[in-house]
Amino acid sequence: MGFEFLLTEEHKMIRETVREFAEREIVPVAAHYDETGEFPMPIIKKMGELGLMGIEVPEEYGGAGMDCLAYVLAMEEVAKADVATSTIMSVNNSLFCHAVLTYGTEAQKQTYLQAVASGQAIGAYALTEPQSGSDAANMKTRAVLSDDGRYYVINGRKSWITSGPVADYIILFAMTDPDKKHRGITAFIVEGDTPGLIRGKVEPKLGIRASATCELFFEDMKVPVENVLGEPGMGFKIAMAVLDAGRIGIAAQALGVAEAALEASIRWAREREAFGHKIGEFEGIQWKIADMKTRIEAARGLTYSAALAKERAKDTGARYTLEASMAKLFASETAMFCTHQAVQIHGGMGYSKELPVERYFRDAKITEIYEGTSEIQRLVIARHVLGLRGSF
Amino acid sequence: MKYVVCLKQTPDTTELPKITPEQALAGNEGATLVLNPWDEYAVEEGIRLKERFGGETVALSMGPESVDQALRSALAMGCDRAVRLWDPSFADSDYWSTALILARGIEKDGGADIIVTGKMSVDGNAAAVAHGIACKLGIPLLTQVARVVDVSDGRITVERLLDEGRETVTAPLPVVISVVKEINEPRYPTFIRIRKASRTPIPVLSAADLNIAPEEVGQAAARVRWTHLVKPEPKKRQVTIIEGDTPEEKARKLLDYLMDVEKVL
Repeated sequence: MGFEFLLTEEHKMIRETVREFAEREIVPVAAHYDETGEFPMPIIKKMGELGLMGIEVPEEYGGAGMDCLAYVLAMEEVAKADVATSTIMSVNNSLFCHAVLTYGTEAQKQTYLQAVASGQAIGAYALTEPQSGSDAANMKTRAVLSDDGRYYVINGRKSWITSGPVADYIILFAMTDPDKKHRGITAFIVEGDTPGLIRGKVEPKLGIRASATCELFFEDMKVPVENVLGEPGMGFKIAMAVLDAGRIGIAAQALGVAEAALEASIRWAREREAFGHKIGEFEGIQWKIADMKTRIEAARGLTYSAALAKERAKDTGARYTLEASMAKLFASETAMFCTHQAVQIHGGMGYSKELPVERYFRDAKITEIYEGTSEIQRLVIARHVLGLRGSF
Repeated sequence: MKYVVCLKQTPDTTELPKITPEQALAGNEGATLVLNPWDEYAVEEGIRLKERFGGETVALSMGPESVDQALRSALAMGCDRAVRLWDPSFADSDYWSTALILARGIEKDGGADIIVTGKMSVDGNAAAVAHGIACKLGIPLLTQVARVVDVSDGRITVERLLDEGRETVTAPLPVVISVVKEINEPRYPTFIRIRKASRTPIPVLSAADLNIAPEEVGQAAARVRWTHLVKPEPKKRQVTIIEGDTPEEKARKLLDYLMDVEKVL
């Protein structure tokens, strides 16, 4: 298609390798993990060995040292096979690794980035609370510096934490200076076995059921000052900048599941007969397929463009919030549109667990919600375009 | 120790049904080209030999520039080097001429202790090139290799997978082995290796480098020619779904059917 010219031989090899891996290793077990809600640890370990858990992290920190386009292509292929698995990959890559690589000290990179990027450990990102999501300034989790200045004592609660039940390391945002509102937020790297860290029950979810999600509770949890990520008070800036990267990952994930829905629909339209014809010969089905394909290619354009903007930012330091938000908004709504159409094209079989189409439909919905809902993305885009202050 | 894996680039098997006999005869399949699936096992074994017994593994192939992609796949899996053999005069070579070119390529590269090939190619299906290489080099050939038991004291010991069972044989080095899919499970290339592979230069050896005269290879020298090619009709199968309210009833009906209608029981 039209964007192939952007890809190097290296990109194409990555895409082929991940496609083959996903088809052989993920597709056969995706329904099982969806059904049971188990965390797909054996798959995640293998993905780590391949280099899928720290794609943009330099080799010296355990990563694959590739660019954002390679990350997008790999995410797309994994999401095509299973969105839940790609969610775990996304959190490791674009939230955890990106944050530590960008804002971490050398010691933090050696300890935490190395482990997560090489797939030895699982990372998580804890920003959302029961009463605050994108309005992070409203967070209730508090971190108080000890009298001797050696550690922070953290109390509070975080919700909807992807990989929370299994995470070895967690990037945690807590209020260190409530008077300063969002300028009083600090980011920490918390080790999973820290006393005072309590993991809540795994959330039963509509989709991405294999990506374990839970609440995290902090009761007088002591975190050494060396584990502050960036500077105290810099947390909000880190959270938002990291979400820019995260949203490109979600856009790629949405693109992947949309493509899976289209591919399944094309196969079905060619096979299924009604009234003596293949259903693909009916105009009603053709229009759906045409709309799906067109939106997917448009979503691909926005997603690859955001990846390239992020690449340029590595030299210029510029933000790519607008590109990331537009890609995430359009790709996630495309995913929902395409999976919805796929269920409709499949009729009864689209509603059955015999085929993966119903899973695509349930899984796609999350892409319109997490890392900023579609409504938040529209606010971000509009404020950028209108030149208004404040971001999410 | 030095191991040379001879590999071929073939059309993606999922696209084979789409290829017409005319396209295949013209050598212009128009399909996505990949590393011959049987050769993936050969590449993996070449790498495992290096990991077990030390040394260097070289990927070797004959073909135009597009073949670099298959060689890069072998590099990405873990081969140390790749060499491509190409000259316009090589086009349309048959199995015998291809074997000659590969044998000369191996000699030019300094020889090898163990030459590994896949069982056959998914497009030609002749399983002849390994034999040809062994003939041209005048060394033993072990086919149907399902396990390399040992390499020591200048000999290789392997298990061959035969219809009747497994056979253990030994042969002196250098040797050609052609491997079956039971031998291993090919690894996925890691991202780091893919990066390195995409930057590794692949030298090309020409007919002059290999001291091959134009009349020895290509269409002119071909002893085997494809005169015509017929595509088999897709098999059509009748499917009967056995209806019944309970599994027991369905099983009874199936049993009756197998005994009375098909008479297989």
